[in-house]
This record gives sequence, C-alpha cells and structure tokens, in this order.
Amino acid sequence: MIDASIERLLREFTPQVLGTVVRRFRDFAAAEDAVQEALLAAATQWPDDGLPANPRAWLTQVALRRMTDRIRSESARRRREEDLLHRSEAAPEHLAPEPVGMEEDDTLVLLFMCCHSALTPASAIALTLRAVGGLTTAEIAKAFLVPEATMAQRISRAKQSIRDSGIPFQLPTAGERTERLRAVLHVLYLIFNEGYTSSGGAHLQRLELSSEAIRLTRLLRNLLPDDPEISGLLALMLLTDARRLARTTSEGDLIPLDRQDRALWDRRQIAEGVALVSAALRKGAVGIYQLQAAISAVHDEAARAEDTDWPQILALYDLLRRITDNPMVALNHAVAAAMVNGPANGLELLDALNADPRVANHHRFHAVRAHLLEMAGDAPAAARHYRAAAAKTASLPERNYLLIQAARLADSRN
Amino acid sequence: MKYILLMTGTRGGVDTYRAWSKQDIDSHMAALQSLNKELKNSGEFVATQGLAGPDEAKLIRGEKNGAPVTDGVFPESKEFLLGYWIVDVANPERAYAIAGRISTAPGPGGVPTNMPIEVRRFAEHAPRES
Amino acid sequence: MKFILMMSAPKENWDSFAKWSKEDFERNAAFMRAFSQELRDSGTFVASEGLAWPNEARVVRARSDGEPITDGVFPESKEFLGGYWIIDVEGPEQAYRIAALVSAAPGSGGKPGNIPIEVRQVLSAFSDPGL
Repeated sequence: MIDASIERLLREFTPQVLGTVVRRFRDFAAAEDAVQEALLAAATQWPDDGLPANPRAWLTQVALRRMTDRIRSESARRRREEDLLHRSEAAPEHLAPEPVGMEEDDTLVLLFMCCHSALTPASAIALTLRAVGGLTTAEIAKAFLVPEATMAQRISRAKQSIRDSGIPFQLPTAGERTERLRAVLHVLYLIFNEGYTSSGGAHLQRLELSSEAIRLTRLLRNLLPDDPEISGLLALMLLTDARRLARTTSEGDLIPLDRQDRALWDRRQIAEGVALVSAALRKGAVGIYQLQAAISAVHDEAARAEDTDWPQILALYDLLRRITDNPMVALNHAVAAAMVNGPANGLELLDALNADPRVANHHRFHAVRAHLLEMAGDAPAAARHYRAAAAKTASLPERNYLLIQAARLADSRN
Repeated sequence: MKYILLMTGTRGGVDTYRAWSKQDIDSHMAALQSLNKELKNSGEFVATQGLAGPDEAKLIRGEKNGAPVTDGVFPESKEFLLGYWIVDVANPERAYAIAGRISTAPGPGGVPTNMPIEVRRFAEHAPRES
Repeated sequence: MKFILMMSAPKENWDSFAKWSKEDFERNAAFMRAFSQELRDSGTFVASEGLAWPNEARVVRARSDGEPITDGVFPESKEFLGGYWIIDVEGPEQAYRIAALVSAAPGSGGKPGNIPIEVRQVLSAFSDPGL
C-alpha cells in the first residue's frame, strides 16, 4: 500500500517518463511496458528506501534500462535492434538537442496519440488513463467494473492498434490539429461522464474518474493555454462536478436539478468554472464545450431553481443547435423552450424529433416528453411516458426515479 | 455496455446433452473454451458461470413465518438457465455476434447445436447525468 | 459453496411492477438495500446484478454461415430474469433460507411479494468469475 504522495508523484511523472523513453526508442508499446515496470519498481522500493533525490530521473533511468534489457533479450531481432541501440547511444552531436520543456511537449504528444480516432473510444479511454493519467491497470479495471486481465488486454490491444496504424510520436500537423484536438476533448469528456456517478451509499469504491478527467483537462490547458474549447471543457466539468453532492440521496436515488439543495453545491468550483468560460467566450471562437459550460454556468449561478435565467439558457441552446446536431442538445433545447414559451412549444419541438432514429428509442426522449406533458397538465400521458422511459434506461437509479414520477402522477389522481 | 448471454435448456434437452458421446461433449466444451479465450484476448470478457443441472433446481418462496418453502417441481417445458457469459462490448450488435458464436458450438457429430442464446443488457448502478 | 438466486417474472408482472405506488417502490428499494447490506456484512455476498427491462431482450441463433439472427418475440409465459445474487454459503439449506428472505420482499401494497426465487448451485469447474 503506497502512500498518497508517492502515488501522486508517480501519476504526474508517468507521461513525462514515457515521453522520454518513446522518443529514445520509437516503440510506444514496448516503452509503455517498460515504464509500467519502472512504476512498479518505484511503488515497491520507494516506501522502504525513501524518495530518491530526483524521482523523475530515477524512473527514467529504470525504464530505459528495462527497454535495453528487453531489446537485448529478444534474440530474433537482436541485430536490427542493436543497430538502433547504437544510434540511440550515439554521441550527443548525432541527436537533435532536446528543446526546453520537451517533457511538456511529450505529454501533449502522448495525449494526441492515445486519443487518436484510429482507436475505439473504450481503448482511447483506457490507454489515456494509463499512459497520461498514470493510473494502474487495476485502478482502471475497477473504475469500469471489468476484470483486471480484461483491462490489461484492452490496453495491450490499444497499443497494438497504434503500432498498426503507424501513428507517429509527434504533434499533429497544423492541418490535423483541430480534428485531433477535438478527439482528445471528446475522450476527456467521456472519462468525465463515466466518472460522474455518485458514490453516495454505493458499495463501490471507485476511483474518482471525474476528478481524473478534470486533472487531465487542466494538464492539457496548461500545455495549450490559448485554446478556448479546452477552457470551455474544463469549465463544463467544474460546473457539473460542483453539483455532485446534491445530485443523489445517500441511498443513491436521483435528485433532479430543480430540486437539488443548492447549499451543497461547490461554490469554488462554480466560481472557477464561471471565470473560465467567461474568459473563453470573450475570445470569440465559440464552440460546443464553451456553450455547454455557459449553460451550466447560468444554472449554477441561480440562487434558487425559480431564479434560473431560462431565456438566456434558451438563447444559448439556439446557438448550440446551430453548431451541432446532437439530439441530446435538441432535447435540452425543447426543455428550455418550454420553460420560456410554455410546454406546448416544447412538445412541438419534440415532435420534430420523432423521426430521428437516434432519439426515438432513447430514454431521455420519453422522460422529457413526460416532463412536458406533466407541465401541460396531461398526467395520464405523462405517467405513460415516464414508464416508457423507465423501460429504456440502463441505469437502475434512473429507472427508479422515472417509475416514482409515474407513480406520483398516478397517485395524485386518486 | 455490459450484456449477459444466457444459455438455457429444458430438462429434456439437458438429458439429451448428457447422452452425447464423450467426444462430442469435449468438442463442445473446447469450442466454448476457445471462445472464452478469444473474448479475453479482445478485452471483452467479464465472467462466465456454469450452473448445476436442472434436477438440482429449487424454487423458493418465503412462508409467512419466513421459513423457506421449497419446490422442485417445474413444468416440462421450463427453460432452465445452464450457464451465462457476461461481456463488455461496444454495442448490442457485438453482443449478438458473440451469442451467435455460442450458438454455433458443435453438438453431436460436430453439427452446430444452433441453440438459442438470450441476450439481456445489464442495468447499471450508476445514475446517468441528464 | 456458491449458489445463484434468480428472480424472474413474466412480462405482465414486470408491467404491474411498473405501476406500483411511490410507497411500494420505496419500501421495496429499502428492503433490497438492507438485504444486500446484510449479505455483505455476513460475508456471504459474491455478486449481484440487475438486468435491463425485458423489452430489449433478444434471442440469438446462428445461421448456417455463422451470422447471428436476433429475435425479439417471446411467448406470453416467458419468464424474464430480473436480477440475481450469487452467494457463498455453507450449504443448500442456508441458500434456501436466504432465498426465502428475498422472496418475502414487500410488493404492491406492502404485502410480501412471495416471488419464487430459483436457487441453483454454481459449478466452479465451468466458472471464471473474472475477478
């Protein structure tokens, strides 16, 4: 059992050490294995021997040694590998000088690499958490409720995909940048959402993936401080995470936004989120994360649910709908429209979504319709749709919540 | 997305299976073991369990005083759960494909059993942000 | 010895369940939470899972070319698994006692549901819990 400060150091150094080793040997998969071994050695030895004077150098040394050991022991490819070894141990003048802040660049390269669209989302998430987040395979497995061996295999295959796709260890070109960055933000967003569960009362000791997502997004923002969408994503995460304690009861039951105890919201996170998104929006390059963060900010700034500035939220959703056709955005837009213009308007907007196959079978579509029907005073129809939604959600707390809404409406009629 | 793949059989079906030649049973098991290995390889494996035969199945109800009332009598047509797989996959189609593989496991003479595999999604304990 | 306790019900029972009152849901949920906690506290708990609503249940068979055919049509009487517990106990009698407890979980109107719980032993030879 290693203590928290050692754990934190190891996580922080993982991508930096990995970057150095990959740069030297140009074999991401093998380098990642070597770094894992170095981390394991540190976790075993440092608690007993104390921290080395330069922990990062220690890790780098050990990882590099593991790489050379591995290469030397692979007799089938020995000759080719030794060639590479000679070149890497070549006199300094044969190597390009490492620019200042190279380790920082390496973390960024790793992030782009691990989130490459050649990988499935599940692979990208697992690999990012390992190679950039520095989490152990066991920790990642536990967070996703799969056996450790399964997660290890997923990571192994992800590394294989990278090798097979020939993704180079370098920053994307200017032309690729926008697309590649979008992929990174998407993966970080997925990690956050995966982690945005309440531990309230639950028996699961899950690693706080949402905190990890925030940490990695901060890291990315430090590396690319001028990109407003990164700030937007960080703001969105903070403004959402700020509500986590109010979101569920101690038994794990869901509490909707309009009924949460706002005294439990984290004011510091809200302040930081609001500042981040305001600054980002001023840059004028509006994007989906900035807009979603802005919407969250409007919610979080309302002292009470009834103080919520719905017209502003509606305006923001109008903007958001222009730049994305994500049906969940359309659903939220319908809710905002109902709050401003009345439920009939919201229901009209929902009808326009009937034909969208992505939406028709989604539980949220039915839940929103139920909510609006209730607003419109049609309790029996609302109850029916709450039950339809309950039958479509895979989340037990959500199912319970929806069934209780249906029950509430049925009970009120008796 | 986690799915459970249920292999079921009637009592008659199980009796027939027990009468297979040893070779056929071994081939059948080998095919399933091979699938398990593939699933571990692909990072989709979560768990698999085999259950004791239907003759051991008991149906329990709680009596008023809490004492269990056991009943071992089931209709002939009852489908008993024989075993299951739990997989973590990217989409439902993948779950169906894996179920299809289980269904092709060989029976007597190496002919695929073509048994029906029920596919159900797991509910999650996590609330999903709306 | 490991046993699986399975709770299944035909579609019409699922539909009635969906129409319970708020108090019924809360009472049942509280009971189930306490039940699970008791299993954990006594060191009996191995696993428990709930399944998604049966409207998305599919049966898959393989075509001769190996492609899966999915079918979502089931007979009226089909019992759909709702969830299960896997417990580790001294012997079958203890498993039956535990099954009886959960069978008595309060249902509609707070009366004991008296749902039949199927109990089977889990075979370690064919098991890989993946933990």
